[in-house]
Amino acid sequence: MEQEIKGKVYKFGDNINSDIIIAGRYLIYIEPDKLAEHAFEMLGESFGSKLRNFQILVAGRNFGCGSAREQAVTAIQGLGIQAVIASSFARTFYRNAINSGLPIVECRELYEGVTEGDEISIDLGAGEIRHKNSHYLFPRFPASMQQLLECGGLAEYLKAQVK
Amino acid sequence: MGMTIAEKILAKKSGLPSVVPGQIVDAYPDLVMSHTATWRSVTVMEKVGATRLYDPDRIAVVLDHIAPAKSEKNAADHLKCRNFVKKYGIQKFYDVDAGIAHLVLMEAGHVAPGDLIVGTDSHCTIYGSLGALGSGIGYTEVTSVWITGKLWMKVPESYKILLRGSFSKGVYSKDLMLHLIGSLGADGCTYKSVEFYGETVHNLSVSERMTMTNLAMEMGVKCAFVPPDAKTREYLAGRIQNPAYQEVHADPDAVYAKQLDVDVSTLQPMVACPHEVENTKPIWEVEGTHIDQVFLGSCANAKYEDLAVAADILRGRHIHPNVRFIITPGSKQIMLEAMKTGVLATLIESGGTLTNPGCGACAGDGGILADGEVCLSTANRNFLGRMGSNKSSIYLCSPATLAASAIKGVIADPRET
Repeated sequence: MEQEIKGKVYKFGDNINSDIIIAGRYLIYIEPDKLAEHAFEMLGESFGSKLRNFQILVAGRNFGCGSAREQAVTAIQGLGIQAVIASSFARTFYRNAINSGLPIVECRELYEGVTEGDEISIDLGAGEIRHKNSHYLFPRFPASMQQLLECGGLAEYLKAQVK
Repeated sequence: MGMTIAEKILAKKSGLPSVVPGQIVDAYPDLVMSHTATWRSVTVMEKVGATRLYDPDRIAVVLDHIAPAKSEKNAADHLKCRNFVKKYGIQKFYDVDAGIAHLVLMEAGHVAPGDLIVGTDSHCTIYGSLGALGSGIGYTEVTSVWITGKLWMKVPESYKILLRGSFSKGVYSKDLMLHLIGSLGADGCTYKSVEFYGETVHNLSVSERMTMTNLAMEMGVKCAFVPPDAKTREYLAGRIQNPAYQEVHADPDAVYAKQLDVDVSTLQPMVACPHEVENTKPIWEVEGTHIDQVFLGSCANAKYEDLAVAADILRGRHIHPNVRFIITPGSKQIMLEAMKTGVLATLIESGGTLTNPGCGACAGDGGILADGEVCLSTANRNFLGRMGSNKSSIYLCSPATLAASAIKGVIADPRET
């Protein structure tokens, strides 16, 4: 996991549910590439490919609500997204993100201040988001979550444990 | 300091005398369930190179989504699940005949008050209808619990919802939940544990309680509970696999972050409008809305009582000629009971078509909607494109509202049938 993530922001609103992120019919896949082909398809056929031009998703309240489908995270990763920042997350999405090695940060202030296409940077080590002349602080991940993110997710962590 | 139900269960399952909200514990679940997603967890297990399970008796597998198989890929995925349960001697396995995992596991007596249950489905919250802590996790995390027997859990804050009064005619716990989701919002209880109390709950059947703790998920809860009582014990008698279970109740001085009082006697039938469950409206605001299909199914409202409520309205009547009526009983047991009592015949005679028990159309398996079509459903989610085209719409309601609407061909008030 990179300690510093930099990139262009795409901005969503509130309650982006996991059915919208990846429709149920594609849960037959678990591969990031295949899932990414159909990510956000409900919002339009070319929506997913448009998102490939961005590196960070920013959203409002309750991002990832609904189904516990882990592929919602995998599909986002498949698009090349490196982090998601939202005012708040649904708990299963949050858990799945950490378990998949996708950095995820709650920051309402950034959501209010940012517009699509803005460049931001996230310093995971320092717990800081930088946007234009603003700085937003967030609590750093507890050691156990940090470890999962550094391993690249729970599967990689388990692999090391099983050996 | 006293503890809530969630606090007590999490303390017990992590071997601690007490816990407080916000604390992160290593908890050992009594049961880890997975549905058709099991093949993904098996794939992770192979990938990490694990060959031993912590305790095969704590694992339940039910093939309910996209079942029976609809494609060679599905068939191969199902086969992977069957091979896994055979290889590891997993006894709590239910194949494509059984029905929706949550209902099947409760019917089979695998869910006891005080249990901690996690699984690959957000609607695991339904187990709280029997006083168990149920919560959804991803498939990789299921693999992790299979191998290690534990997972980290954050102790949630608890909300107490006190329900007073009786439902008026035509109003059910589904309407109550749609009312609550509409007023609190889809994230109104995110990360929280919700406990339902009051005379209203005591008078509700276990089936109606299941609808409550199932729908509570749509307010973002981590878990939801109806504290066990005489009705719970009656439901468990003769079916519970672990008769030595211990009920868990909140302490009188337990601390709740919020308390809500709701008088249910003033509630009306409610409908959740496209494309979010929180977009709820009282029936009179949506009466007359055109519908093409009605779906009586899902873990929220395809229990025996739900089918019977619809049958009572449809008996001797026929649905509107422009409406397709899909009946998907929640489980084989429910289907058998509905066959014996004639409920199923009534539903089919009214114009319904019967599918095998399982998740069915709620999970996009059959009953797909075309561009512009509208479905009225007893399920728990109406998200954009969930049942087919992203130009279709889903409205959610109780089985009574569904039946009344099927007759008229438009959304209709069940109190006027």
